[in-house]
Amino acid sequence: MRVIAAMSGGVDSAVAAARMVDAGHEVIGVHLALSSNPQKYRSGARGCCTIEDSHDARRAADVIGIPFYIWDMAEEFHDSVVENFIEEYSQGRTPNPCLRCNEKIKFAAVLDRAKALGYDAVATGHYAQLRKNENGQTMHRAVDPLKDQSYVLAVLNRNQIAGALFPLGDTKKEDIRKEAQKRGLFVANKPDSHDICFIPSGNNAGWLRDRLGNQSGPIVNELGEQIGEHQGAFTYTIGQRRGLHLSVPTETGSPRYVLQVEAKTNTVVVGSRESLAVTTIVGEKPIWCGEAPQKEIQHRGFAQVRAHGAALACTFTATDTSITAQLDEPLMGLATGQGLAIYDGDRVVGSATVSETY
Amino acid sequence: MPYPIYTKEVTIYLDHAATTPMMPEAIAALTEQISNFGNASSLHATGRAARKKVEEARESIARSVGCAPSEVIFTGSGTESNNLAIKGFYWSAIAHNPNRNVVIVSAFEHHATLEPVEWLEEHEGAIVRRIPISPAGIVDLKALTAIIESERDRISVICVMHSNNEIGTIQPIKEIVALAGSIPVHCDAVQSFGKVAFDFEELGLHSATISAHKIGGPFGIAALILKNGIDITPVLHGGGQERDIRSGTLNTPAIVAFGVASRLSIEERDRNYEVVSGLRRLLATVVNEAVSDAQINGNSAHMLPGILSVTFPGTEGDSLLVMLDNVGISTSTGSACSAGVQRTSHVLLALGLSETVARGTLRFSLGRTTTESEVIRVGEVIAGIVMKARAALTITGKGVGEEA
Repeated sequence: MRVIAAMSGGVDSAVAAARMVDAGHEVIGVHLALSSNPQKYRSGARGCCTIEDSHDARRAADVIGIPFYIWDMAEEFHDSVVENFIEEYSQGRTPNPCLRCNEKIKFAAVLDRAKALGYDAVATGHYAQLRKNENGQTMHRAVDPLKDQSYVLAVLNRNQIAGALFPLGDTKKEDIRKEAQKRGLFVANKPDSHDICFIPSGNNAGWLRDRLGNQSGPIVNELGEQIGEHQGAFTYTIGQRRGLHLSVPTETGSPRYVLQVEAKTNTVVVGSRESLAVTTIVGEKPIWCGEAPQKEIQHRGFAQVRAHGAALACTFTATDTSITAQLDEPLMGLATGQGLAIYDGDRVVGSATVSETY
Repeated sequence: MPYPIYTKEVTIYLDHAATTPMMPEAIAALTEQISNFGNASSLHATGRAARKKVEEARESIARSVGCAPSEVIFTGSGTESNNLAIKGFYWSAIAHNPNRNVVIVSAFEHHATLEPVEWLEEHEGAIVRRIPISPAGIVDLKALTAIIESERDRISVICVMHSNNEIGTIQPIKEIVALAGSIPVHCDAVQSFGKVAFDFEELGLHSATISAHKIGGPFGIAALILKNGIDITPVLHGGGQERDIRSGTLNTPAIVAFGVASRLSIEERDRNYEVVSGLRRLLATVVNEAVSDAQINGNSAHMLPGILSVTFPGTEGDSLLVMLDNVGISTSTGSACSAGVQRTSHVLLALGLSETVARGTLRFSLGRTTTESEVIRVGEVIAGIVMKARAALTITGKGVGEEA
């Protein structure tokens, strides 16, 4: 096959590219430039365009011995990921930009371009496994439970998965580091990336305030009584405890959590931890990673709502426009806008964007 | 003797404007001089031996450029020469008269000129006036006349390149010098020197930049040609080795090789001009036959022999570059930022191309090692590659088979 290895500058994508070469594919390395001001994105953040990252990716490609190019996807990234991030927050939701980036950039814009240029697939350093069966491919959790990234890939549809390769899913992260060392990839000891790549300060609330402006509004309790003021409801996330600056204590002195972010009235509702409990999760815009489950009937499975969150036993129902998951045990605090991924054992069934919880 | 630079991947090298293979004679001169150690500024016999080589090279370069040997100031790169001239003239001018803070620059200069000018604008209070470019790729002399008339006593330096590095059009430097009168004119001649007629004295310039690696010499050596009697403020301060204007130990082996490459490039210039411009015409023909709507950028009676800028509507240059590279053809799309991201060419924008059109542009640059069969090979592959690049641009961003 002719394969494009998406190289972030990190150890995982470097080893993934090397493994593709070993597998006998014709490989070129591509680093995605996601900012029109490369200096401004956070150094070492995941998959992003800092000078150091593109340099590291280039040097890894040199060591592996493959051609290397930088593709400017800054416009696509801004339109599909950054704008969406701001818009979602302004609506009181909490988006996951990594999901959007996989859905709209890495396995859409890049894969499309790759195919048009005569390449068959895009390989990345994500930890997930693909298995072939008579109906195509299915996507599964990685063998390393601590690194499993199937959650952030649950936004890929069957056609996207057909053009994806995840060469690291069968290996533990520590072994990937050792392998990188053995292969002479100097990125072996680079720390894992976290945080949001396009917010260099790491101060998400401040970054959003710069773009959406200060919008002071009330913080109210569950009875609707105002007990404080905020500088923009959009900077709060359901389940959040810190940063409320409430002067009125509760009767028992127990901490309060954000229960609701109401964008229309710019109101933040706070209350007890118990009130965060969620047993039903409704997600919209379902995406199926393989064969879609039979609609309108109950299935048993697992729900996951955070990148490294637990698999929560559930009963789920799918329609053409939604997924509803009934959890066996309540979950404490879930913001709308997050991704709801559904698993059948270790197989990723699909995902949807959380629109409602109760 | 064949040129030894090609590697397995680089079979057809059409990026000579970026750099061109070293001449075997320059390699021989460089390697010989590396064994002859000595600091050209030392007063003893070893130093004098090195100095002799430096001065011979300086004289050879002076003859090739049409200037006096004392007008050759060695620097480390074309970028350094341009920085030295621009900042040097500016600082000297405002030291005498703080009102002489206007810098005139053509809109399509190389970054090595634009960036120092913009740095002066941001940090040193310079007022920058940009000369517009005609759609054919020539600086607008009427506009320049108007700028000079309105700012005459306030101008510290005028910067116009001898030929443009992306589209190959040669600029009316003699006319510009005449318009400038006593105002210093600095000319970046990096692409012209050794390729087309360039005579420093005849043009009446105050300063000019030339660089060794563009003519078959080594990297890391260049020169600022600076008219005798003109004193400009240095950028690097130190031993004052070069006329007290440029400091730093002289790179004797590279200077010697630069001297050889200068002499040979002038000796071979007219013959190379005929051959290379013939190949350029052939390339334009085969590309136009293969892709009927391909547009050639830059149109002047006077062109560099080796540069052909072609816009392929509906493509992105970096898609074309990747696929040409994949079949062993090296080309260029323009300059990249430090992270390696392609920026839309300011040269093409200055010609009036839209951002979208400018993005679909490739620069082929031919040199004295280019052959007819290499050019024909481009004609064979370009249609298929352009077709794929068009498909890539059409699809990109629309998602793979969005499932209901």
